Amino acid sequence: MTNAAISPRILDAEGKLCGADPELDKGLLRELFVHMMRVRCVDQRMLKLQRAGRVGFVGSMLGLEAAMIGSAAALEGRDWMWSGLREGGAALMRGLPLSEYIAQMYCNSNDTAKGRQMCNHLQHAASHYPSWSSVIGTQITHGVGAALAAKRRGLDEVHAVYFGDGATSSNGFHSGLNFAAVWKVRCVFLCVDNGWAISVPSKAQTAAPYVDKGKAYGMLAHEVDGNDVLATYQATKSLVERARAESEPALLVLKTYRMLGHSSSDDPSLYRDQAEVDEWAARDPIKRYAGYLTGLGVLGAGEQEEIEAKLLEEIDDEIRTQEAADPMALKTLVEDVYAEVPRHLRRQYNAFIEVAERHGEARPGDGAFPL
Amino acid sequence: MANLTLLQALNDGMKTAMRQDDSVVLFGEDVGLRGGVFLTTEGIQQEFGSERCFDTPLSEDGIVGAAIGMAMNGLRPIAEIQFQDFIFPGFDQIVSEAAKLRYRSGSQYTCPLVIRTPYGGGIRGGLYHSQSGEAYFCHTAGLKVVIPSTPHDAKGLLIASIEDPDPVLFLEPKALYRSVKGEVPEGHYTVDLTTIREVRPGKDVTVFCYGAMVPIAAKAAEQAAEKGIEVNVLDLRTLLPLDEDGVLEYAKRTGRVVVVHEAPRFCGFGGEISAIIAENAIEYMEAPIARVTGFDTPFPNTLEHHYLPDDRRVLDAIEHVHAF
Amino acid sequence: MTMSEPLSVIAPDGATNGYDPGLSEAELLHCYRTMLRVRAFDEICLKLQRSGRIGFSIPNLGIEGTQVGAASAFEKSDWLFPSYRDFGMALYHGITPLEMMHNMYGNAQDTAKGRQMPVHFSFDKPIRFVSISSPIGTHIPQAVGAAYASKLRGEDTVMLASFGDGGTSSLGFHSGLNFAGVWKAPVVFLCQNNGWAISCPVEEQTSSDGFAIKAEAYGMPGVVVDGNDVLAVRKTMLEAVERARSGGGPTLVECKTFRMGGHSTSDDPSRYVPAEQREEWEKKDPVLRFERFLEASGMWKAKDKEPMYSEALDEMSAAASEAEAVPKPGLESIFTDVYAELPPHLRRQGQELFELGKRKGDAAAGDGEFPL
Repeated sequence: MTNAAISPRILDAEGKLCGADPELDKGLLRELFVHMMRVRCVDQRMLKLQRAGRVGFVGSMLGLEAAMIGSAAALEGRDWMWSGLREGGAALMRGLPLSEYIAQMYCNSNDTAKGRQMCNHLQHAASHYPSWSSVIGTQITHGVGAALAAKRRGLDEVHAVYFGDGATSSNGFHSGLNFAAVWKVRCVFLCVDNGWAISVPSKAQTAAPYVDKGKAYGMLAHEVDGNDVLATYQATKSLVERARAESEPALLVLKTYRMLGHSSSDDPSLYRDQAEVDEWAARDPIKRYAGYLTGLGVLGAGEQEEIEAKLLEEIDDEIRTQEAADPMALKTLVEDVYAEVPRHLRRQYNAFIEVAERHGEARPGDGAFPL
Repeated sequence: MANLTLLQALNDGMKTAMRQDDSVVLFGEDVGLRGGVFLTTEGIQQEFGSERCFDTPLSEDGIVGAAIGMAMNGLRPIAEIQFQDFIFPGFDQIVSEAAKLRYRSGSQYTCPLVIRTPYGGGIRGGLYHSQSGEAYFCHTAGLKVVIPSTPHDAKGLLIASIEDPDPVLFLEPKALYRSVKGEVPEGHYTVDLTTIREVRPGKDVTVFCYGAMVPIAAKAAEQAAEKGIEVNVLDLRTLLPLDEDGVLEYAKRTGRVVVVHEAPRFCGFGGEISAIIAENAIEYMEAPIARVTGFDTPFPNTLEHHYLPDDRRVLDAIEHVHAF
Repeated sequence: MTMSEPLSVIAPDGATNGYDPGLSEAELLHCYRTMLRVRAFDEICLKLQRSGRIGFSIPNLGIEGTQVGAASAFEKSDWLFPSYRDFGMALYHGITPLEMMHNMYGNAQDTAKGRQMPVHFSFDKPIRFVSISSPIGTHIPQAVGAAYASKLRGEDTVMLASFGDGGTSSLGFHSGLNFAGVWKAPVVFLCQNNGWAISCPVEEQTSSDGFAIKAEAYGMPGVVVDGNDVLAVRKTMLEAVERARSGGGPTLVECKTFRMGGHSTSDDPSRYVPAEQREEWEKKDPVLRFERFLEASGMWKAKDKEPMYSEALDEMSAAASEAEAVPKPGLESIFTDVYAELPPHLRRQGQELFELGKRKGDAAAGDGEFPL
């Protein structure tokens, strides 16, 4: 059942059907498009803010809209999404409020991570979206452990574990996939192969196709065109349903391309050819999908522009709100290290705040902890 | 009350916690049918089944990483690392992940887990079965570091660690696994973390120690008593967060301090104790603080008894600070 | 290129179906004698450990065919990065039992100066048998790095990285094989699948169909061979070594064998290894298998075995007695070799220890002196 349902590609570069028609509901088809557009609009605005010096760091999602939206749309609400570095747009679709997204970019007092992480390291507990780490691959074993916990507790939730091509070399990949296969847990590992780990191309990352790595763990593995939202959705859906029904993990490689640098601090022109970038630009996931939807009559003339304008307005409103928010309270320096702030941290903070007060840098509420 | 070895007390502690709370699971290399390489987990899989006590593939990174995920999703994992010397593939998971998860998520996500691991020398284990790596971990905010030295404390501190809301690295002095015995209450009880245990009262010199150094220091104190020096011996029990007030109070009582640990001296925990006293109570000090520690070398095998602080090195230091 | 059925050469009647191992009679008998010497070293060390003369040993019983077959594929200029259950490779290449016994006793003549546990050998001649580490798999990427250096200098040296079935779950395996695949490094990875990682059986170690298939995750060939057939191991390893030497890149070879003893002298395998599994493997004894070949080739007769084995036992006993008489390393060996030069703080710590010994009257000759 599983293999038959997975087509490596459903839409060609022009957006014409080249695989089995998934026969999805038109409402869902349109929704997927709006979500992809939201990813692109958020990306565009965040990059603009970064260039203007308003936010510190952005990991661009440009080019990856189909990979993240197609895969995450195949999950149920109770499923978990474990993020690598670039799935923030999919988190928005699954319930992360835009306000929290932008607050995190500003690291202001509305940031649920209290400004302790770099920008672009998101989380949203209510939609089962754990806090990202900057460390590569560490989330993979977490996803496996959480999936085992779910299994032991009799829950059928699926854990979608995302990572990039570079993370296949990490400790977490090797132990995570091995443990998952031995333990037979409900994990779908999504390798977003975007061609580059910062400046390291896939040929320098490993000598094998990523999809072959499944064999090392006795695990079912497939590769699909990650710029094809329908192929991505169908493949993920099939593997998620299999994981849920049979409690078997699987690896899905989403072949795509990171159109911009690794982050706003990176200049990809230093290590890759423009010709390669141009080649992938021709396979743009949104253009391709828009072509399909137009042909199907789901997207009318000028509708894409209307959707974009509406999304940008929402985003700009939220940017204005978050920019006006207060900065993070100083006490968060020592809070959340433990459940309770222990005495030595209270003392260290009190010494710090005494100096801050002397220099007139403290605000009301920043005062000392009782000892 | 039962008269148990430290190892039996740990085993009893795990069973007690697992009987009390179904979410407690125990795993690691060879902890199931084999009962652990030291037999610390003997009989646990038999009692609780292979779903709650099980072996893992050979990857410390996988063990710690999976423990974090389990803890995030409602279990209370006890992860065993077979030797502390083998923890370093999981170091990234402990330092980068377990210790920072609560902080970076604003307490939305936490990982109440215990990593149990035998540490320290005294079993002729050479470079890779003897190390005392507590200082690496005490430098990690967000982690708690606990070391018992008696059967009573081993069980009580272990249960307290399992019930603690934060990740705890529970270092077990393997030299004491079978060499110390003591009365252990039956059933559930805890020993509060971040409390110092007074091993022996004394008005002349204060000795701070932990783990396998506690009986060594006690022995040196007995010898000192014969020479008319009354030594106050303190078992720190929790290194992070440390009972700093307790340290200062005991240090001020005598004004003469010796710190003993088997880990290397440089950047060792003794440096922190000394700095705390120097920063806060230097005016009470009658003598320079002395440290008796392992050498700043890798751990040897044949000559390990020279590497490890013994009662004569401790006594020498006691006499030195007393005569100053 | 992965084969699921293990390759074997020696048939039950001792025939090799036309395969020529390319070894002279003397060389074949050296292989056989080495297998007996491994067994004799094992036996003597076990006795020494049981009688409290040495602290620890690692039984090699059952894997002599894998060790000798693999070792025979390497030249003296190649490097062996062994695991702690590989000393047959050292014996094959001419490292003496006495040198090994010095390590078992941790005495002053031990190349590791008594700093390691027993069986953690380190030799640099006549072949490089690289210092053994207790952590699992850490040596795998080291072998790959060494191979890269040789390749960079245009040498044709080949590196062996040897590990067990449990080692495939280690981070070193993952990173080591991955790097080697990318670098086309001249390395042969030898996975000795002996059935058990202490008490963890292979089916709990991984879900893959054997271990050779893991090579596909790193873009290299993987081959399965009958590890109790010394000639099959030699054939396969030789092909892999030649491939590496000629620039063809790394290979993963899985030898299916069985650890007939415990993990170490501190382990009791009867707690977890099913008796019927052990009995089944007893029938596949690699020494008996090789004897059938030697006998069929007219090089050996059953009556030759007893004197050869007892000669090997005598050799090991003599080495043990000699090593036992060598004094312990001097105290200064605690401090030396930490850095190329003895730094001031270690000099001070050493001198304090020596002077304390003198004051207490228990200093020994040879403890050393670090004048300040």
